Amino acid sequence: MKIFKLIFKNAFRHKLRAFLTILGIAIAVIAFGVLRTVVTAWYVGVEATAANRLVTRQAVSFIFPLPFTYRDKIQQIPGVAQVTFAAWFQGVYIDKNQFFARFACDAETMFDVYPEFLLSKKELETFKREQNSCVIGEDIAKQYKLKIGDVMPIEGDIFPGRWEFVIRGIYKPRDKTTDATQMLFHWNYVNERMKKESPERAGEVGWYIVKIKDPSQSGNISKQIDDLFKNSNAETKTESERAFAQSFLASTSAIITAMNILSFVIIGIILLVLGNTMIMSARERTREYAVMKTIGFSGSHLVGLIMGESLVISIIGGALGLTLTFPLIQGLEQVIPKGFFPVFEIEPITIVLAVAAALSIGILSSLSPIQRALKMKIVEGFRFVG
Amino acid sequence: MPAIIQVKNISKSYTRDSFAIPVLNDITLDIEEGEFFCLMGPSGSGKTTLLNLIAGIDKPTSGNIFIKDTDITLLNESSLAKWRASNIGFVFQFYNLIPVLTAYENIELPLMLTHLSKAEKKEHVEAALNVVGLTDRMFHYPKQLSGGQEQRVAIARAIVTDPLILVADEPTGDLDKNSAAEILVLLDRLNKEFKKTILMVTHDPHAAEKASKIRHLDKGDLI
Repeated sequence: MKIFKLIFKNAFRHKLRAFLTILGIAIAVIAFGVLRTVVTAWYVGVEATAANRLVTRQAVSFIFPLPFTYRDKIQQIPGVAQVTFAAWFQGVYIDKNQFFARFACDAETMFDVYPEFLLSKKELETFKREQNSCVIGEDIAKQYKLKIGDVMPIEGDIFPGRWEFVIRGIYKPRDKTTDATQMLFHWNYVNERMKKESPERAGEVGWYIVKIKDPSQSGNISKQIDDLFKNSNAETKTESERAFAQSFLASTSAIITAMNILSFVIIGIILLVLGNTMIMSARERTREYAVMKTIGFSGSHLVGLIMGESLVISIIGGALGLTLTFPLIQGLEQVIPKGFFPVFEIEPITIVLAVAAALSIGILSSLSPIQRALKMKIVEGFRFVG
Repeated sequence: MPAIIQVKNISKSYTRDSFAIPVLNDITLDIEEGEFFCLMGPSGSGKTTLLNLIAGIDKPTSGNIFIKDTDITLLNESSLAKWRASNIGFVFQFYNLIPVLTAYENIELPLMLTHLSKAEKKEHVEAALNVVGLTDRMFHYPKQLSGGQEQRVAIARAIVTDPLILVADEPTGDLDKNSAAEILVLLDRLNKEFKKTILMVTHDPHAAEKASKIRHLDKGDLI
């Protein structure tokens, strides 16, 4: 008989208790994994930002537009490599539940500034050439079973009316964090219609994306851009793309922080549950530990037995939890609207944290019973009545 | 025969609520090798305490205990644990078997501390089972055995490492008359046939009949 056999036999001595504790740990690991996945999915936009891109928006609020004429002025600033722009279009595709980002953009420059959107040369050329065309991310194409040549009708709200876009390109994400759920079409196409239907809204863009030559100059160039439009009707606020993305998260930071804290609180709770189980088990076995000490088992043997038993339960619970987390995350990904979390998958760091949490729970919850078993005198152990 | 156990001027007292309660008073005692020694006395006389001190699971307040020239009162906890593993076999009143282990595994437990091979361990366990006459019950769990059978497993566990001394604390105290008789026959056989030095504590005069020497303790004094 090996000591592992004794550890396993002890761990499953009370089968129902062991099963419930393992189930508790598994549920905690699942909750931890899901919460961490949501948090990392929330930050994916920040992770996907590039250091050599700045975003220039209206100083008062992101929702106010900027004049199209700013483009050429920004382009003149030393250190600026290229300028593109976009406008939030929104609209309804099929019904209001079908959420994904729809942008009117500068077709000529958009894919130069965003090289992480991988589009074939042929598709890009066709897109640039046809004013009513659009490019969609491959996740959108998969979700709605769309292909090149299909027409996507959009019911406009910010830009009222019915709009029809012909798919001329499907981009692939270059990186894991690249959003493959966007729909991009010509700003010119939208603007021409605005000129006819709402002339006062023509010539407006949402924000500029400024590609710079040297990322270390981002602060300096941002200041130059903003200085350029100081005291104008539409003052600007320029910041790095990362800062811009983070400012979006600022409004939800309290929720994210709460989810972060909650994920660790769950681990703390399950630590107490397993700790309680281990204390009960060790207490029930006081006489047995006394017998083992009498036979000649040393303190390190008892440490191995008690910690081993705790680790067996926590590792099985952790492994079960992790195993179930993967299909659960996949299921959630199907349920959550595609554009809400462009990347929704378990990050390696989440797996590492979950494994570390399970092991830590196993070790920490055994410390109190270990201390008790080590301090216990043999004769006191024999007198113990549980 | 030379004395295998020499107890010299042993005193033991417990402290409870800042009061010192004397349990053993200046005990001196020699037990010869191969002896079946019985300590008798009423409850609270200190016989189990003396047994625990000789077995190295408790420390005296003063005095020395020599087991084959080793003064065990000078050993630290770790050394004492190793010493017990190779020198002492224990038989308890309530058997104290591990309930999740089979009879075979319970007997094998002390061998986990040795460097014997799997085959050697098997040989030892089977030999011990054979001595106590339980080879047909080796895969039974304690709850599947009678009290007498459990005590026989406990005896097998005590002798499986071939210890120098076998200590038994009220080994028949929890058994019916027939089972108790069987256990005493077994202990007698271990003493006579296998030349084991046995130190037994009991308050049962029938159990003490098997012993080759009997001493009485009363209120911590050897009489």
